[in-house]
Amino acid sequence: MLTKRIIPCLDVHDGKVTRGIQFGKAEAGELRNVGDPVELALRYNEQGADEMVFFDITASAYGRASMIDVIERAADQCFMPLTVGGGIRTVDDMSLMLKAGADKISINSSAIATPELIGAGAERFGSQCIVVSIDAKRVGPGLWEVFAHGGRKATGLNAIEWAKKAVALGAGEIVLNSIDADGTKAGYDLEITRAISESVEVPVVASGGAGKLEHMSEVLAEGKADAVLAASVFHFGQYTVAQVKEYLAGCGVPVRLV
Amino acid sequence: MIALIDYGSGNIRSVFKALQHEGAEVQLVGTPEGLANADAVVLPGVGAFGDCVRGIQSRGMWEPIQAWLESGRPFLGICVGYQLLFETSEEAQDGARGFGFFAGKVKRFTTPGIKVPQIGWNSLEFTPPDHWLWRGLPPQPHVFFVHSYYPEPANPDETIGITDYGERFAAAAARGDVAGTQFHPEKSQKVGLHILRNFIDRVKAK
Repeated sequence: MLTKRIIPCLDVHDGKVTRGIQFGKAEAGELRNVGDPVELALRYNEQGADEMVFFDITASAYGRASMIDVIERAADQCFMPLTVGGGIRTVDDMSLMLKAGADKISINSSAIATPELIGAGAERFGSQCIVVSIDAKRVGPGLWEVFAHGGRKATGLNAIEWAKKAVALGAGEIVLNSIDADGTKAGYDLEITRAISESVEVPVVASGGAGKLEHMSEVLAEGKADAVLAASVFHFGQYTVAQVKEYLAGCGVPVRLV
Repeated sequence: MIALIDYGSGNIRSVFKALQHEGAEVQLVGTPEGLANADAVVLPGVGAFGDCVRGIQSRGMWEPIQAWLESGRPFLGICVGYQLLFETSEEAQDGARGFGFFAGKVKRFTTPGIKVPQIGWNSLEFTPPDHWLWRGLPPQPHVFFVHSYYPEPANPDETIGITDYGERFAAAAARGDVAGTQFHPEKSQKVGLHILRNFIDRVKAK
């Protein structure tokens, strides 16, 4: 049976892992330094993480170069799936990250600005390689809007419609970040996660709001997510990946125990 | 020396590093001459079946690999590199054909209610458990998959591993020293590295 994936997410700023207190504030400089990305990756690898996501939140020329170095070093030591996102605007950007050792490329604002980028990437590297990450904010009952640029810019796009379109264009996976839940530690947004998971045939990764173990089992069961992404609960040592998996296994969720 | 075929397909760095990590001498090979002093071939593959066929052909590598397979020398195909060992694929609407080392075709997952692509860790049942590629592994380990298509060997005896994803499919196949895996050993942490080591040991024993 296919297991549910537990994915630590590392926000990388100038070669260091940082964590913003709330959505969008990282970019504004409100950061807590968490450590060296490769050291953290090795730690999560040992704990049995199923995958790892690296987000370049600098998205500057210097940041890009240091990100390639980070991916190369992580890939050379952790023989597990790696996803890279942040500042990827062209098929050539994707190619550079894949050559460095990434397996999947996550695009967000650039896919909104240029939806053809999804298809171009899927055609060149396969759909399984192209992840579309969506930052969604609740704007009414049962209604979520897509925001771009780290949650700062409203796009007018309906989140469910955008997810469907992204998949039709060639996305092989959707990461759904709830802007409302992110940083609150009060749980994932189950409603939007479930709505999107039921609307697309590709896997959906839930992101934003993890604070307790129950949150993860909720979003996998009620939210129908295929995987959970979390940052703070792992970075600040609240739980190890192994603890999360043992808890989930106890709830009857299929997980890979190592 | 293990020749890792480089034909412009995705992430081969990880395969290279994983083989090296397990003690193999590896060379990236993108020309027919590169196979001259190889003891084994590893064929990775990411992307679409037809693109991979054309990538190999455009480098003049198709016939040399075909000849290698016919000689039965050690060979490991990974993901689309495994699918290429079969005759045809539903993905190749343009009619691109595989090497046909194994009889059978590559099909798309169609079970209602399952997510396609399959992305993640699924368990692997060994059939038979004593196959050389599985030596020393615990039963039913989890390995990492990313794919929308899977091969269906016409000869069930060539299936050496089965995974359940809506249907039970051949996650690995082998005949003699030629093997292929639908999952990514280079991304399957300790279990995957162990499988690569078994392949390397097989090569060294020759």
